[in-house]
Amino acid sequence: MGRYMVKRVLMSIPLLLVISFLTFVLINLSPLEPAEVVLQSQGVPKITEELLEQTKEELGLDKPFFIRYIHWLIDCIRLDFGESFVTGKPVWSLIGPAFLNTFKLTMVSSVIIILLSIGLGIICALKEGKFIDHSVRGISFFLTSMPPYLLASLMIWYFSVQLDLLPTSGMTSYQSYILPVTVITISYAGIYFRVVRSSMLTNLNEEYVLFGRASGLPERLITMHVLRNSLQVAVSVFCMAIPIILGSTVVIENVFAWPGLGSLSVRAILSRDFPVIQAYVLLLAAAFVVFNTISDMINAAMNPKLRNDL
Amino acid sequence: MRVVKNLWKDKLAAASFLVIMVTITAGIAAPLIAPNDPNEVNMNLRYAASSWEYLLGNDHLGRCILSRLIYGIRPSVLWVLVALFISVFIGAVLGFAAGYFRGKTDALVMRMCDTMLSFPGYVMALAIVGILGVGLENILIAFILIKWAWFARLIRTSVMQYAEQGYVKFAKASGISDFKIIYQHIVPVTLSDIAVLSSSSIGSMVLQISGFSFLGLGIQAPNAEWGMMLNEARETMLTKPELMLAPAFAIIIVVSAFNFLSDALQVALDPKLVTSKKRSFGTNAKNKLQEKEVAS
Repeated sequence: MGRYMVKRVLMSIPLLLVISFLTFVLINLSPLEPAEVVLQSQGVPKITEELLEQTKEELGLDKPFFIRYIHWLIDCIRLDFGESFVTGKPVWSLIGPAFLNTFKLTMVSSVIIILLSIGLGIICALKEGKFIDHSVRGISFFLTSMPPYLLASLMIWYFSVQLDLLPTSGMTSYQSYILPVTVITISYAGIYFRVVRSSMLTNLNEEYVLFGRASGLPERLITMHVLRNSLQVAVSVFCMAIPIILGSTVVIENVFAWPGLGSLSVRAILSRDFPVIQAYVLLLAAAFVVFNTISDMINAAMNPKLRNDL
Repeated sequence: MRVVKNLWKDKLAAASFLVIMVTITAGIAAPLIAPNDPNEVNMNLRYAASSWEYLLGNDHLGRCILSRLIYGIRPSVLWVLVALFISVFIGAVLGFAAGYFRGKTDALVMRMCDTMLSFPGYVMALAIVGILGVGLENILIAFILIKWAWFARLIRTSVMQYAEQGYVKFAKASGISDFKIIYQHIVPVTLSDIAVLSSSSIGSMVLQISGFSFLGLGIQAPNAEWGMMLNEARETMLTKPELMLAPAFAIIIVVSAFNFLSDALQVALDPKLVTSKKRSFGTNAKNKLQEKEVAS
């Protein structure tokens, strides 16, 4: 197991390097000249050739491409993502707290999504084809066809404005979590409970269930066995769900004015603040790789067969 | 033909198909169908209720909501379908090459896919829009860049199942060219897999792309788009919440129609799925992948 862990962690390093390189290349492909954007955002009235050269030198943009990448990478590892073109503050001081806020929102939502999907998945699988199975699936089908931003707007309209129960936006108290978490849960639980359900159903048709029933095991024990086996599939899906939700809270955050990565990134895109965009992409891609690695490890811990795969 | 027959038996699928066809036709023929100019501002008619001339009423600038809804089909649905088609095409070409030729081609394509898929979809889309600037075409480019890798990987898996079959080996041994084998023996059998894969991601793609427009990163004013119409309606949500109804229903109906149709298509192409019992492992793994995709 120890060897597997070390191998798996080492395997993610080249991937992280490729991702960082791609992020760097992507930003450098931009049709805009970064030095010009900096000068424009600082409100310099007339941009001369001389001034451009000077800014390029200040930003280290006159060096060869690969050297710039190495410098940039070393800075990134030290969490130094440069300074925002727009506000001039260090990017980390903007993105660090935002990441934390988004992370909190994601974790709260993920825990609820996981509990809800497992619960609903089990109920629907055990009552397959019955009324409850049909109704849960029908409702989830309808809710996943609904744009999350519409759901969010409707909830603000009803709970915050009409009933005046919950705050409309921002992140002030634990109450601020209720609406965004509900919207995220509704848009994702419907997808993940189907995973639990279908994996339960597959397992229920396995021969060990037949054997258990034939040997007179109580139905409760059989359900436990099935559950254990079907959750294995669910674990890897859930581990990947966390970074997916982390990356896709963008819309929800903007509707609820949540001071997180989503709001920050959209603002950065609209003002073409490249260092912030770069740091955002790098951070989330790295989070994606880290969670992927963790999910593989949990799977390997649960199922020794997988350890020989590497 | 069996597929069409199976689909037709499913009333819900038939209705969904009809809804989609009507939507697409209306989108293509928008200038002929729309009763008014979608961008014509008429300040006298701000927030007007529905009338014979303006069936769904007027928005905050007095523009005809029905016409905007019809013109909105183009960016909200038609262009999404075009983007989907292009990414499936790229994915299919690479997937067929990787799954059929294996070896070095396979390794190269798969490493490319791994790297692309290591970026979460939304983040990648935001990054590309950040670099290229806001606008519908940049969102579509972003989606093509994200999706091709996913399609390539799944199509490769599907091709591999058939590439090892006896009849393909026989064709190879009789000296038929690779291109002809792919075209005549592999494309027809994998087509159903490709149809299921691509149809299952339309719904989520429509939602995501309208989400970007909702944030103001997609199509720019004054052009009509459903996500953007919702965003405009949200600003007056406190006083005129009914303005959200038309675009909201449009999105929900079209997305559910696509989702229902994709589910029905899956069943029609693989009657084994009609009864959920006795699923083979292969189809199940595929379902899981699809469910995962919906999320990203």
